Amino acid sequence: MTPRWRLPLRFAVLGYITLLILLPVGTVFYRAFQHGLGAAWDAVTAPDAVHALWLTILVALIAVSLNTVFGVGVSIILARHRFPGAWLLDALVDIPLALSPVVIGLALILVYGHSGWFGDWLAAHGITVIFSVPGIVMASMAVSLPYVVREVLPVLQEIGTEQEQAARTLGAGPVTIFRRITLPNIRRGLVYGVTLTTARVLGEFGAVAIVSGAIAGKTQTYTLFIANSIDNLDPQSAYAGAVLLCLAALLVLTVLTLSDRGREAWHRKAPA
Amino acid sequence: MAAAGRLTGRVAGPALAVTYLSVLVLLPVAALITNAFSHGWGEFWSAVTQPEAVAALELTLAAAAIVALVNSVAGLAIAFVLVRDEFRGKAFISALIDLPFALPTVVAGLTLLTLYGASSPVHVDLAGTRLGVGAALLFVTLPFCVRSVQPVLAELDAETEEAASSLGASRGQVLRRVVLPSLLPSVLAGAGLAFARAVGEFGSVVLISGNLPFKTEVASSWIYSLSQSDDLPAASAVSVVLVVISLLVLIGIGWARRRFDVPETI
Repeated sequence: MTPRWRLPLRFAVLGYITLLILLPVGTVFYRAFQHGLGAAWDAVTAPDAVHALWLTILVALIAVSLNTVFGVGVSIILARHRFPGAWLLDALVDIPLALSPVVIGLALILVYGHSGWFGDWLAAHGITVIFSVPGIVMASMAVSLPYVVREVLPVLQEIGTEQEQAARTLGAGPVTIFRRITLPNIRRGLVYGVTLTTARVLGEFGAVAIVSGAIAGKTQTYTLFIANSIDNLDPQSAYAGAVLLCLAALLVLTVLTLSDRGREAWHRKAPA
Repeated sequence: MAAAGRLTGRVAGPALAVTYLSVLVLLPVAALITNAFSHGWGEFWSAVTQPEAVAALELTLAAAAIVALVNSVAGLAIAFVLVRDEFRGKAFISALIDLPFALPTVVAGLTLLTLYGASSPVHVDLAGTRLGVGAALLFVTLPFCVRSVQPVLAELDAETEEAASSLGASRGQVLRRVVLPSLLPSVLAGAGLAFARAVGEFGSVVLISGNLPFKTEVASSWIYSLSQSDDLPAASAVSVVLVVISLLVLIGIGWARRRFDVPETI
């Protein structure tokens, strides 16, 4: 870089990041604690806020575990087995990345809503999906579906099958091989993928907004609670809730940075 | 046991995976397409050409294109500073770049609204303006534009640049003739990802845009309000247009990556 340009470019870049990211996020923190710690605490411990938080945690637990099992399973299938249409399965997993969250939510309504494809069947069996918790879980699962596969599959493809074959020759069963060989090998990619999935589920808004009906105290997730607080002219609740989710995002970033370091070290070690 | 394992791998595994995918994604997408054309091609066409839909789609595409362009330049500059510059706090800035990835979109929207909204402490009110829509999209797409360029720039052979300058090329010429051409494919890949993300963005935009029809209403919020008023065929029709646009962009990026050997860094 030309020395003459070094400083102006540095300050232009710092200015852009400050105006776009640092100052807005900082202002939310300031607003959340503007009326003291007590006001912020009251806002996040109000009944609707607590309910929204628990619902979000419940949804995340279900969606992340199911998507982790799916993600690891699909990665193993795609990396270790040959079958017709494998390339298609590989491509289809990525579809949610190309869809607007609102479109994903709408598409779920068209299948599981009261006038949807399975609407009559579900109603006849007394199952409510849309405007209810199952719909929120499904929307969260759909938007976060690709992340574990995208992180674990490349690792599996890169490590190859030598160790697994050696273990098999020595008489290890599939479960032992998975637990003792495959899982330790994919650990870092898995941590990365699960963290991305969790971040996406905790922060999902569009897809959940459209399927949940956002009924306060019932089907309101944390992001919906924040948006609703703004609509209800209750900015204190919105700011305090936003700070809580900001802290969660910072935690996510820390985990990603740490496991990224691990991943890079692993890649450097791995033969090209 | 081994035979059963092979059978599981060949049949049961893929079957389970496809079922899971069908329940969550494939059936819903099929229902979306069917619904969009449920009353025939004519209804589809009138749903996507009615004035409010056209205005929303035009705004979405224009804003996504401008934002992708602005952030490509910004992303290139940020990547240069992160790779070629040294200063205290660089690691912090680098971590900050990823924040929009981790931050829930609605929180992103709220942060921008807090600083650049009606009660702005700096008296810049972008609420209900197209600039506000742009700011939200700039925020959520910045990491794509930085992270697609940065690793390529870091890997770029210093020797080639040294060779060029030892052959008498000025610094400007090295930048124009050597550095920028090798970065161009990854800059375009980043711009494409940013564009695809911006086209479908909802959470970060709704708060600051105020969803004013014909002014700040983007395609995804138009779809949202159609579905709230139970006009599902029209909502599906506009959705299909959005899906086709982002699929085309993503397929284009995939093709370009193979064609120009751009590493997949995001």
